[in-house]
Amino acid sequence: MLKQILAASVFTLASSVIAQAGCGLSGGDVRILGNEFPAIQAVSQGAMECADDNVTVSANLTKEHRDLQVAAMTANPAEYSVAVVANSSIVPLMNDGLIRPLNELVEKYGDKLKKNQLITIDGKIMAVAFMANAQHLFYRSDILEQAGLEVPTSYEEVIAAAKTIKDKGLMEYPLAGTFKSGWNLGEEFVNMYTGTGADMFKPGSAEVAINNENGIKALNMLKELTSYMNPDFLTYDSNAASAEWEAGNVALMNMWGSRAGPISDDEGSTPEIVAATAFTAAPTLGGGSTPATTLWWDGFTIAANISDEDAEASFRAMMNGVDPSILTDETKGHAVWLIDGFEPGPTAQGVFATANAGAKPYPMLPFGGLLHSAAGAELADFLQGKESAEQALTDIEAAYTTAAKEAGFIK
Amino acid sequence: MRHSTFFWFVLPSALAMFLFIALPIVSVFTQSLHVAHDQVVEEVETCAVFSCTTELRVNAEATAELYEEAPLGKFAGLDNYANRSHLAFDEVSVVWAQASGPGEFFNGIYNLPFYKALTFTLAYTFIVTPLVIIFGFMIAVAVNSLSALVKGPIIFVSLLPMMVTPLIGSLILFWMIDARGILGSTLQYLMGDPSLSLKASSTLTWIMLMVYGVWHSAPFAFVVFYAGLQTVPKDTLESAMIDGASRWQRIRYVVLPYLMPLTLFIALIQLMDNFRVFEPIVGFNAEAHATSLSWAIYNYMNADSKLLNSAATTSMLTIIGVAILLTPVLVRTWRDFNRR
Repeated sequence: MLKQILAASVFTLASSVIAQAGCGLSGGDVRILGNEFPAIQAVSQGAMECADDNVTVSANLTKEHRDLQVAAMTANPAEYSVAVVANSSIVPLMNDGLIRPLNELVEKYGDKLKKNQLITIDGKIMAVAFMANAQHLFYRSDILEQAGLEVPTSYEEVIAAAKTIKDKGLMEYPLAGTFKSGWNLGEEFVNMYTGTGADMFKPGSAEVAINNENGIKALNMLKELTSYMNPDFLTYDSNAASAEWEAGNVALMNMWGSRAGPISDDEGSTPEIVAATAFTAAPTLGGGSTPATTLWWDGFTIAANISDEDAEASFRAMMNGVDPSILTDETKGHAVWLIDGFEPGPTAQGVFATANAGAKPYPMLPFGGLLHSAAGAELADFLQGKESAEQALTDIEAAYTTAAKEAGFIK
Repeated sequence: MRHSTFFWFVLPSALAMFLFIALPIVSVFTQSLHVAHDQVVEEVETCAVFSCTTELRVNAEATAELYEEAPLGKFAGLDNYANRSHLAFDEVSVVWAQASGPGEFFNGIYNLPFYKALTFTLAYTFIVTPLVIIFGFMIAVAVNSLSALVKGPIIFVSLLPMMVTPLIGSLILFWMIDARGILGSTLQYLMGDPSLSLKASSTLTWIMLMVYGVWHSAPFAFVVFYAGLQTVPKDTLESAMIDGASRWQRIRYVVLPYLMPLTLFIALIQLMDNFRVFEPIVGFNAEAHATSLSWAIYNYMNADSKLLNSAATTSMLTIIGVAILLTPVLVRTWRDFNRR
């Protein structure tokens, strides 16, 4: 409980450790900024090993990293030499030109990297990915068995399964999800809308294209899901939903792959619940062929506003952090690693199944975050039954367009 | 005091106020009149872990050049104030034209982000402020009549809510009012409704935030009133007793008038404090049900949307709001001052 309260707290949980060792660097100053979860902790631990008398390595791993990174890296010299980012958080850094192309460094020191780890934009390598992530289906095999149900593959089946579980009195609120108003809810919308197969923007422009029958389909499904959720669903982020799962209150939920490991460990839950927890691909929507979710990656970038010496030291330290040797029995379960030599264990099955089913990556569009925010803020009224799906879509469109005009994407 | 003495006396604080209050406000106002430059976007091939696609990208170099020329962005006049995120003149007139009654008009207005935030902010300010004053006064009078032995510990305990950091205090309460928390399940038991959830209903969330606000701020009013009570002239109280005034009459006709300036002071501070309510909304994860102007500013500055000009505009509107709120109190203080 204490762990969850700490994790849920919006406070900056910063950690800064200096390790002793060295990995052959001649000098430089490495300062890492990143999100805080076990996989990134493992990578930054690996980078820390490069610290010696000439090289300093420090890390600030915090949930608030996205709010810090742009300002911290706009400074010259930048406050951090390395930013650990995901599909969405790399966008503001690229918009402002705050990260440097890594082609030369990759050529010199990147022999252990696989081609798909290199995030390449217009021929320039802007980031090195080390793990993949996606929201996918977590299910309780024991509950499904008791209810006589197959593992759902579509959201329609999820709803039917939830109804059966509820009707049979097995659970009162069989579903959960990260529906907290704001970023989490926006992500649910993006996932569900992606499941319709339609694009969120008119091709080649920043004009939004969600106010249509696909949008209504996505919204109605989101609302139907919430009718089988704890009524507090608009306050549930990953931590709260995971806690509900570990408490045994939930039978089905679409949840981040990076949570599969922590949920399967021996903390916070009973052995029975852990043993019955299984993972599969995210469900499809309305007979669609690809899962209604988006694929994510986490990777590292190197700041533009630092000396070449620091950039080289940072790159080599991070290469040490994503070296295949960091894959131990403990860290293997932390993530779906893209690192060479990783063999997916049971907790990685869900992300792999989702990727194999053809799920689309979360778009790295410069204006994507604006739509994400608009959806996250405007959907709460609809899910509470205060307005219609049409009105909610019109609100999202209007909020996005206002924001995109201010940000200079729409004239 | 001679004019030159007065000048040198206030110079340091006037200078500090100019540097740390006036200049930042001017800067925020300037930013609120601008929007970002038109982004230079281009289609480029993007290869990520899973596949390659052609997507739009911002050309960072070309954009940087635009900002080199005009660092503030594009001048937009009062557009930011008029757009949907703020005063929403166009949307309000549409709602006005279409609404069939005041209820529908209000719903239409409430659907706009700025007015939604303003509604809660005003409701919070005007409900919490008087309650804080009333409760603070009641606690002060009660504590004042206790024996000296227990006074110290009671005062300490009464001050606790104010000592707890607002964010932490609201987070603790957030877990306690959870359907499985101690307060949440007690309420369910008392109401006989096992599905009652304080977090799921907008009305209950509003009440919860306001109860939290009173809980957090009442100690402030209490401390001020308690200090004030120590200075109430004993002779006046005693003569009132000799005249046969009851305890209630003494409070009503002696203590209250005597403490009026203090009440004004508390009202002033609390109006300002409550108008910028922020932490409980974050702590209670309440943004689905209640947003405030300060919360809106914070939200505009988050990483995904980072609309600094909108944040500046909302800040200016907040400052104007505070000014309007404080005017009656300030006018009254000014009159009192002149009368003397």
